[in-house]
Amino acid sequence: MNLNEQKGLKKMEMQKIRYDNVIVRNFAIATVVWGVVGMFVGLVIAIQLFEPAFNARLQYLTFGRIRPLHTNAVIFAFVGNAIFMGLYYSVQRVCKARMFSDVLSKIHFWGWQLIILSAAITLPLGFTTSKEYAELEWPIDIAITLIWVIFGMNLIGTLIRRREKHLYVAVWFYLASLVTVAVLHIVNSIEIPVDYLKSYPVYAGVQDALVQWWYGHNAVAFFLTTPFLGLMYYFLPKAANRPVYSYRLSIVHFWSLIFLYIWAGPHHLLYTALPDWAQSLGTVFSIMLLAPSWGGAINGLLTLRGAWDKVREEPVLKFMVVAVTAYGMSTFEGPMLSLKNLNALMHYTDWIISHVHIGALGWNGFLTFGILYWLIPRMWKTELYSRKLANVHFWLGTLGIVFYASSMYWSAIVQTLMWKQFAPTGVLQYPNFLETTLQILPYHMIRAFGGLLYLTGAVMMAYNLFKTAKKGSLVRDEEVEVPARMDNVADVHETKHRWLERKPVQFAILSTVAILIGGLVELIPTFLVKSNIPTIASVKPYTPLELVGRDIYVREGCNTCHSQMVRPFRSETERYGEYSKAGEFVYDHPFLWGSKRTGPDLHRVGRRYSNLWHYLHMENPRSMSPGSIMPQYPWLFDQETDVRGVEPRIRAMQRLGVPYPKGYDAQAADDLRAQAEVIAADLQKENAPADPNKEIIALIAYLQRLGTDIAVPQQ
Amino acid sequence: MISEVLRHIEDIGTYPVISLLIFVPFFIGVCVMAIRMRREDAEHMSKLPLEEEGA
Repeated sequence: MNLNEQKGLKKMEMQKIRYDNVIVRNFAIATVVWGVVGMFVGLVIAIQLFEPAFNARLQYLTFGRIRPLHTNAVIFAFVGNAIFMGLYYSVQRVCKARMFSDVLSKIHFWGWQLIILSAAITLPLGFTTSKEYAELEWPIDIAITLIWVIFGMNLIGTLIRRREKHLYVAVWFYLASLVTVAVLHIVNSIEIPVDYLKSYPVYAGVQDALVQWWYGHNAVAFFLTTPFLGLMYYFLPKAANRPVYSYRLSIVHFWSLIFLYIWAGPHHLLYTALPDWAQSLGTVFSIMLLAPSWGGAINGLLTLRGAWDKVREEPVLKFMVVAVTAYGMSTFEGPMLSLKNLNALMHYTDWIISHVHIGALGWNGFLTFGILYWLIPRMWKTELYSRKLANVHFWLGTLGIVFYASSMYWSAIVQTLMWKQFAPTGVLQYPNFLETTLQILPYHMIRAFGGLLYLTGAVMMAYNLFKTAKKGSLVRDEEVEVPARMDNVADVHETKHRWLERKPVQFAILSTVAILIGGLVELIPTFLVKSNIPTIASVKPYTPLELVGRDIYVREGCNTCHSQMVRPFRSETERYGEYSKAGEFVYDHPFLWGSKRTGPDLHRVGRRYSNLWHYLHMENPRSMSPGSIMPQYPWLFDQETDVRGVEPRIRAMQRLGVPYPKGYDAQAADDLRAQAEVIAADLQKENAPADPNKEIIALIAYLQRLGTDIAVPQQ
Repeated sequence: MISEVLRHIEDIGTYPVISLLIFVPFFIGVCVMAIRMRREDAEHMSKLPLEEEGA
């Protein structure tokens, strides 16, 4: 059965070692707890999208602030802990070695939980960089880097001390994820601190957008996909009790996937002000990505050949089959959405929300559930408390996904067609954005119902696993007999890949090279070639008041619902005004283009409405737009503008190359007050009890500035 | 259908060709490596997760 007997070698000296199950248990508990929390926050924000008062009029619970909390909780807390749970279990076993260091394992676990906790505190408080899935501020970014290094040392240390000569395919995926996430996180988090919890990214406008979506897309790739493919390659064969369908296919799958994925980021920015060549590159590589993605999905599903009868009975396999199918679905949808003509229709709509949830609920969620149902009874040496409950969970979850996805697809089609519909007279059929929002509210309700079903299933699982653990007892250190040492010499006819499979460090280096090629081809020309971003002479830096107002816009997460990117379509220029130019964003640290239009685009909102309109609208959006689902912002009328903070802000911007005159930081506060007085006086003239010192004035200043730097042709 | 879609993408010429030129040799290389792998090695590797069953 083992390698030595197969190869007819002499019996090797054996040794007893113990696998660390405690660290796996810890990550498993964290997975379940944070999973339920993350999904619950998701349900809350889903309800806010048809019942805006569901934030209890508290600033800490508004959609703009807790939507990032939901995404971070699900990605880094739920999925992150699930990755570490499965990785710590499988790496020890395929390497026939205990983890390199129990201390590093512990630091990794507690460090990661502290990072999650700090995210759960800072995001509702409004400390955010505004960059999707990278919202956490600079001190937490540093903590993530340190903990990632600890994790890397522990993983690579284990691989070096392994007793199995070759690295199993799951480990390749873990290694690629380890190095790529490190590269992505560092490049996207280069920022200049303004104070203890505020920073500006060194990139601006188009460059910031490209780096962010290079990161964002690959966070999906190397956090939500490749580690999970590693888990699939280990746990699916375990659960089905048969080897992976084709090991050769897994080699082709692995290298093609990690090579191609990194190029595809710009498909998030089609028809924006990003240079055309970068957009084309993103599209082409996204289409090519379909092949390795499906190669992997097929390899997973065919692993079950001859075991489909088991799928009917075994909840673990049911979850895994739906997970791999969902992976196949979302990786088909991704390339299709990268086609420019489809993207023109579906970008900024609920289709994208549906697309990511097929991935998150189906692929990540269901694979995690399958692994948990398989793992917990084994580690506690008992049977699952209730298979029936697990089956009910499966159906609740599946129905939840169906309700969620179908309602969002429908909502997207309805809304995008309404956005683009022209009347026979040549004007927009639905010029009022709100009309399109009101039309899709029923779908938002159905989506929330789908989310409720899914969450209910997850809570059932938590109960089921808790009862399972209670009736068994945890094998804290699992004793096994393994060869005492590894004979790491070349086989007689060793091929290149076989050599690589027994060299973890070289393997990691080659994976890094594979991902760097695409990354560099994309990023370097955008940074070096000036013609990529034509400068516009009339574009000037923000005034101090506008800059502070912009930071309030970021703090409140306005960009989660409002884009600032008018695409060059007639339906958009008719609705919003002149399309956005790359040169308009050169002082935007960070860029705020957004990725979803729950509300209308704001790039040309400047001077479109009166100060009074904004004042009343922020106080109660429904007073100006009956039926609006935007939350109220009463605290902006109570909280004072941070005048003292403007000096370090101006200095930080100067360091980033924004051309404020020398020594302007000292004068900035006076300029800020003067501009605030003008706006407040205008409001007072209209009988609004405006106070120039309040945050609302700064926000209005910023909104009125938006998109006004270039002469906009009169409509 | 696909060619129709591709025609509508601007600047379709240069960059995809360059990227394809980079990717195709890489892909062929990986395929060659996979094909050259010995059957017993592949079998042994694919059974690795199942080895410790019952341990």
